[in-house]
Amino acid sequence: MSLLELKHIYKIYGELHALDDVSLKVEKGEWVSIMGPSGSGKSTMMNIIGCMDKPTKGEVLLDGVDIAKESARNLTAIRRDKIGLIFQQFHLVNYLTAVENVMLAQYYHSMPDEKEAMEALDRVGLADRAKHLPSQLSGGEQQRVCVARALINYPEIILADEPTGNLDEANEEIVVDLFHKLHNEGTTLIVVTHDPEVAEVAQRTLVLRSGKLHKEIVNQNFTGKIHFEDMDTFRKEETQ
Amino acid sequence: MKKRSMYFRMITASLLRRRSRMLVALLSIAIGATVLSGLVTIYYDVPRQMGAQFRNYGANMILTGSDGRFTASDMERSLKEIPMEELVGAAPYRYENVRIHEQPVVGAATDMTGAKAASPFWRVEGEWPASDGQIMVGANVAESFRLKTGDLLTVSYTPEEHVETDNTIDLTITGILDTGGSEEDFVYLTLADMEKLTGEVSAFDVAELSVSAQSDVLSRYAEKIGEAVPAVGAHLVKRVTASETTVLSKLQALVLLVTIVVLALTMICVATTMTAVVAERRKEIGLRKAIGASDRSIIGEFLGESMLLGCIGGVLGAGLGYVFAQQVSLRVFSSEIRFQLLLIPATILVSVLVTGLSSLLPIRSATDVDPALVLKGE
Ligand SMILES: Nc1ncnc2c1ncn2[C@@H]1O[C@H](COP(=O)(O)OP(=O)(O)OP(=O)(O)O)[C@@H](O)[C@H]1O
Ligand SMILES: [Mg+2]
Repeated sequence: MSLLELKHIYKIYGELHALDDVSLKVEKGEWVSIMGPSGSGKSTMMNIIGCMDKPTKGEVLLDGVDIAKESARNLTAIRRDKIGLIFQQFHLVNYLTAVENVMLAQYYHSMPDEKEAMEALDRVGLADRAKHLPSQLSGGEQQRVCVARALINYPEIILADEPTGNLDEANEEIVVDLFHKLHNEGTTLIVVTHDPEVAEVAQRTLVLRSGKLHKEIVNQNFTGKIHFEDMDTFRKEETQ
Repeated sequence: MKKRSMYFRMITASLLRRRSRMLVALLSIAIGATVLSGLVTIYYDVPRQMGAQFRNYGANMILTGSDGRFTASDMERSLKEIPMEELVGAAPYRYENVRIHEQPVVGAATDMTGAKAASPFWRVEGEWPASDGQIMVGANVAESFRLKTGDLLTVSYTPEEHVETDNTIDLTITGILDTGGSEEDFVYLTLADMEKLTGEVSAFDVAELSVSAQSDVLSRYAEKIGEAVPAVGAHLVKRVTASETTVLSKLQALVLLVTIVVLALTMICVATTMTAVVAERRKEIGLRKAIGASDRSIIGEFLGESMLLGCIGGVLGAGLGYVFAQQVSLRVFSSEIRFQLLLIPATILVSVLVTGLSSLLPIRSATDVDPALVLKGE
């Protein structure tokens, strides 16, 4: 059984089909990128997988449970227990320090543990910034705090919606490196990105277009950071 | 680390690190609590404050003998039934028919200090008699006999037994009494001089008491006196006590009305502030929900925060309310306020409840936010 399976998912806003009959499977431990032009339904899909939204039609099986049929309260619990979220705009609580922001996820999940939260910050290379407020951190540092927060409860899936969208190249590299580490530890990763360089390091890239699954590119030579040819053609298409 | 200590760490961090935002909310709570506790302090102190004012209008209780006159010891025992600090003045009176220049006049013997305290509105031209050998005459008497202060006045008295020989006494006039009432027809001498003049030990016809208490308490004292001293009957001066009660209840009703209006305004103000405080944090609420917070825990956190804010505002308000009430009291009644200690916890409790209640609604509606929507923005 796949960890995640979408079966004929539709998300319809009035006339607009934000998602139009999307089906896909993600196996446990897989690293999947999602690409597509603006408005193609990437965030819509991530919100559905992340239990923040429900599809108009279709089944979303997470660990064999159809989350499309769950109540809002249960969705909150599933989100808390199984999913780690990373956003484009960082989204930290601005009056809590870095370590407190990480502890917040522990607090809602089970028990806050400052030592463990410090270890998570250490993993993203921010041990010495633990007592800083978000306003005292750079964008890249803030995003790394978000990564630490997303991984602290050992979620089944980490969902990242354009995690490097607001970062410079150096920070982008740090975050992608962190994804590598998480992947090596067996975490399932789904990463939405506009950046082919971020997408191409994944095992698979799904391309959405107008709410439909347009294309699936498999990185045959996935071993780590490997450039693959299909990406070049994809780039060309994107720039057209 | 316990969940609870993280909870307090969060809500204190929110108050301390968002100081400028919270200060505005705190200000509105503290001002509300100040006005509220100040007004309630005044409300409860008005009877005492006004009581002191009312005592300027004279005696509000009268003692009479149940069977003719009553003695000094009856009087003393009666006064024991009234708490010392509430007794403003007590004046026993003994009336005798005396003569001045062979004309009959009512001579009233009294304790001058007591009379002065019990009838503070009496206007005396000159001085009150300060010792034996001195007399104060009513204005009408002074006019009839062309008397003025400093004159030596011979007062005579005819004992019932031997009509032939009059007792006389020479007294210096120290003051002319002007009351606008029947007192102007009397002359006032000390109890000792009256004893000397009549040759009889003092017994009293009536005693006027000025007690700083409201009519219900006064009635109780009167009852107790009646029971403890059968020779004496105590009565309220209805004309005085009734009007005191009316004025007091009107004044208190006014203060109460103002208090209620202020409470309502405070609640609206705090509710508006809390709505704004919560509204600008919709994004944070969305984020908390996204990382797995249940509605209940979000309500718990925000409510805890606003109740802590209410608590701080309440403490400030209780302190400032005292200052406020003191200022009002000094200005209006020109006397110090008596502060109710119980008002401190009450003010804190009320401001915690008001702040909590008025933020409950905006918080509840804020938990309806769709995390996906708020997190998408900008
Ligand atoms: N709440 C909504 N109500 C109506 N239409 C919506 C809503 N949310 C999204 N849409 C529409 O659905 C479509 C897909 O939106 P989505 O946010 O998934 O795009 P996206 O692929 O994430 O784009 P981007 O790369 O710009 O983030 C868009 O046309 C958008 O306008
Ligand atoms: Mg998007």
